[in-house]
Amino acid sequence: MSFINYATREINCKLVYYGPGLGGKTTNLQQIYAHIDPKAKGKLISLATKAERTLFFDFLPLDLGTVRGFKTRFHLYTVPGQVFYDASRKLILKGADGVVFVADSQIERMEANLESLENLEGNLAEQGQSLDTMPHVMQYNKRDLPNIVPVPELQAALNKRNAPWSEACATQNAGVFETLKTAAKLVLLDLKKKTGG
Amino acid sequence: MDGPWGDLFLFAEDEQRLVGLLTRLCADAKARAAFLVDRNGRLLAEAGESAGLDTTSLASLVAGSIAATGGLARLVGERAFSGLFHEGERSHLYVTVLGDGLILVVSFDRNSSAGLVRFRVRRASEEIGQAFAEVTGRVAGAQSELAQITDEDIENLPSS
Repeated sequence: MSFINYATREINCKLVYYGPGLGGKTTNLQQIYAHIDPKAKGKLISLATKAERTLFFDFLPLDLGTVRGFKTRFHLYTVPGQVFYDASRKLILKGADGVVFVADSQIERMEANLESLENLEGNLAEQGQSLDTMPHVMQYNKRDLPNIVPVPELQAALNKRNAPWSEACATQNAGVFETLKTAAKLVLLDLKKKTGG
Repeated sequence: MDGPWGDLFLFAEDEQRLVGLLTRLCADAKARAAFLVDRNGRLLAEAGESAGLDTTSLASLVAGSIAATGGLARLVGERAFSGLFHEGERSHLYVTVLGDGLILVVSFDRNSSAGLVRFRVRRASEEIGQAFAEVTGRVAGAQSELAQITDEDIENLPSS
């Protein structure tokens, strides 16, 4: 759910990066943190294990500009991708205004992609939500690796609702901002629609 | 408060009222600062000495902590754990859930005590909860103002 603060003229939205373990969700946030105007960002918080795997979540607050006098503030979260952290994923998904699904393009990770997408759909359903109505973007990450699934196959397997999608190589900051911008716009358009605009 | 679509609208007069209640709580509890945070980790109102503190991160981490604690409570057969103390060497936090969706955080030091803070929070909780509940009625006004945002406005947002 969005939070509109008329006292500070801010629209606050929550964007959750979801996807299989080691797919690049945290890397997306790290690249955004590294490359965005320092004035537009807060601290990047990572609650990770000693092996730098996400334990609970990563969190990055961002200002993405002003519309009609309202500052648009996005709170970016990642979920832990590892299968056994489902309780944490459910908590973080609550109240999300939009989702970025970070898929791992490698052939051997297709099963993990499908499992994670099913998990997302299941967790949304538990909250009375669905990808049919939740603004979401697909990111096909790791396109620089040799053993990758062609995009049409990824689309057929993962993007049945024909959501906006982009190719990315998050470690090189390719496609990261494109994904963020698309997701942010979808969230704001959805908010506008819900408020009768 | 939650609008018909689950969104939360906070107006200037509501914020002032909440800040007033938090300011009084700080004085009564001899606390450094008090914050109201929603369950999604967004800061709704603050009072006291919060300069130099990263309140955005604080709000997010507190909400995460409350969410995890709620999960723990259910594991041991409790509906919820009502309060959390974080005790440091110089600074302490008392975190409590006020009804559904609202978290109150009080930061204090050796000028106060856990007992005093808990007592004052209990006294202030009802009034703060009630003030927050009354935020609900003004969604219609918010609706019309947000509806003026055009697709072009959104399209023109800077990417970085």
